[in-house]
Amino acid sequence: MASNLVKKYFREDHLPHIWCPGCGHGVLMKDVAQAVENLGLDKDKVVLVSGIGCSSRAAGYMDFNTMHTTHGRALAFATGIKMARPELEVICIMGDGDASAIGGNHLIHAARRNIGITAIVFNNDIYGMTGGQYSPTTPYGEKGTTAPYGNIDRPFDIPKVAEAAGATYTARGSAYDAVRTTKLIEEGIRHKGFSVIECASICPTYYGRKNKKGSAVDMFRWQKENSVSVEKAKTMTPEELEGKLVIGELSRSEFPELTEQYQKIIDKVQIK
Amino acid sequence: MKNVKLMQGNQACVEGALAAGCRFYAGYPITPSTEIAEGCAARLPQVGGRFIQMEDEIASCAAAIGASAAGVKAMTATSGPGFSLKQENLGYACLTEIPFVLVDVQRAGPSTGLPTSPSQGDVMQARWGTHGDHPVIALSPSTVEECYTLCVRAFNLSEKYRTPVIFLMDEIVGHLRESIQIPEEGSLEIVNRTMPKDLNAPAYECEPGSLIPSFAPFGHGQRYNVTGLIHAKDGFPTNSTEIAHNQVKRLMAKIDENLDDILSWEEKDTEDADVLLVCYGGTARSAYSAMEDLQKEGIKVGLFRPITIWPFPAKRLEELSRKVKKVVVAEHNNGQILLEVERVVKNNCKIDFIGKVNGTVITPDEIANVVKEG
Repeated sequence: MASNLVKKYFREDHLPHIWCPGCGHGVLMKDVAQAVENLGLDKDKVVLVSGIGCSSRAAGYMDFNTMHTTHGRALAFATGIKMARPELEVICIMGDGDASAIGGNHLIHAARRNIGITAIVFNNDIYGMTGGQYSPTTPYGEKGTTAPYGNIDRPFDIPKVAEAAGATYTARGSAYDAVRTTKLIEEGIRHKGFSVIECASICPTYYGRKNKKGSAVDMFRWQKENSVSVEKAKTMTPEELEGKLVIGELSRSEFPELTEQYQKIIDKVQIK
Repeated sequence: MKNVKLMQGNQACVEGALAAGCRFYAGYPITPSTEIAEGCAARLPQVGGRFIQMEDEIASCAAAIGASAAGVKAMTATSGPGFSLKQENLGYACLTEIPFVLVDVQRAGPSTGLPTSPSQGDVMQARWGTHGDHPVIALSPSTVEECYTLCVRAFNLSEKYRTPVIFLMDEIVGHLRESIQIPEEGSLEIVNRTMPKDLNAPAYECEPGSLIPSFAPFGHGQRYNVTGLIHAKDGFPTNSTEIAHNQVKRLMAKIDENLDDILSWEEKDTEDADVLLVCYGGTARSAYSAMEDLQKEGIKVGLFRPITIWPFPAKRLEELSRKVKKVVVAEHNNGQILLEVERVVKNNCKIDFIGKVNGTVITPDEIANVVKEG
């Protein structure tokens, strides 16, 4: 029996989803629905924009105004939607490669502008849809089909990149920690400016198999045992934090939101 | 009272867009189209619209499409190198049937080329630049006044057929200054998209007898899905070979079966012409002069100027080519519309060509010489 949440927020006739058994994305998609439910938003006024990749299929399953766009460009489309109709609640779901490689330019500039969009990154550390190539978040030394001898690139810390570029709310959750992740997404949507919530997902099919991480259960257990709250992380040394998943609200700052600023320009110069 | 203004082509394009109801512009700086962005930045908030300078050409094309999906008529403008970058999302708009106007003020290429000398080198890119079979409407203005009126038509066609329209300007008309008569408010036909009668109906369902689905902007309660994947009438992806076939065929048919409405061209002195000049955009201006000079010498020359470049007004050109001894194609490239003319004219008459790729303007004398060469 489908839960009330599924009935209310999912397009049941387009389920089941295409994600592999054990993928963390389904949990994260549910967290997004739960966050919207908790906030009591009007589904007709929510626009969910996604790019291309495993994560981006979420748009097709969720019962909002949904736009599955081109690879990496979700935030650019979303910027047009939000600028044109600031009253709409615009949420982007992107993957790690989608958001920070091909879409990296759009990510930093959406952050710089502080446009009122909620960017949710389902980070599974790999390009899943194309079969397991290393991504900008694949940890150093780990393997992908295009890094058969180990990844020699330094990975991005997506919330840090976003914060440095000007995002006024950044956070990290995980597929394991659904309750806390839902709250972080909720807070990101409530936040007026540009918010980025990185959600650590798991990809047992490619990342897990390539790097001998065991089953989906083993990978979730890893998330459980290696998650550290933001509060606890403050008491730990960089060495102690090595390889840990810091979960919670990572940064928050103040800057005027873009569409509100533009409205002020209109109010000033519009010829009545 | 007549409202006559001295205006640059790029500026006329901005004013035409506003008259058509455009209320959103996203762009990235590139010459020779920059004045369009500058004009929109100044003018849009004055009419309650919004302007944004995006981080790149790809993003500005995406933002324009996003704004249109949210129900606001949108435009982006660029030039050669930027036109290449916009191709990705142009294809997305073709398949998702989201209207917007993409202006390309052509400059000499390839690559960075000769900034910002005149060229018409993007004619074939306008037709086939984005991957896959897709419908295209491209319009080419020859005068500053046409930069205004034809830009209005670009929006109208885009909304009517739910397809992106390429406004294929060139540096000659973009930077030209002429006095134009601004049409009176209310005198222009303005086409707006039609809302679906039933918000519960599949988002891409066409009314009986129509090839164009109606269009509810985001936020109006239909909550449909938009995707760049081949999709069924409900907007959701499918791998059905039958649906894929039908979708691409319908996209092409909505243009091909409405040619009488879409096609436009100008003819001058074609009735008893021995030689027919085929020119468009800025080049047509040299052709007019050449024609006048040649007619003074007693040579019977006519002009055929496609205004819709794509779809190409093939049927009329074919008819005319049966009546003349020679067709002369002049364009600022190495022979792009020439390929289309050859395809249409076949062996009906001789075809001569003059093209320039060095960033200079084809002069009336150069065209006249080709006409006289026999």
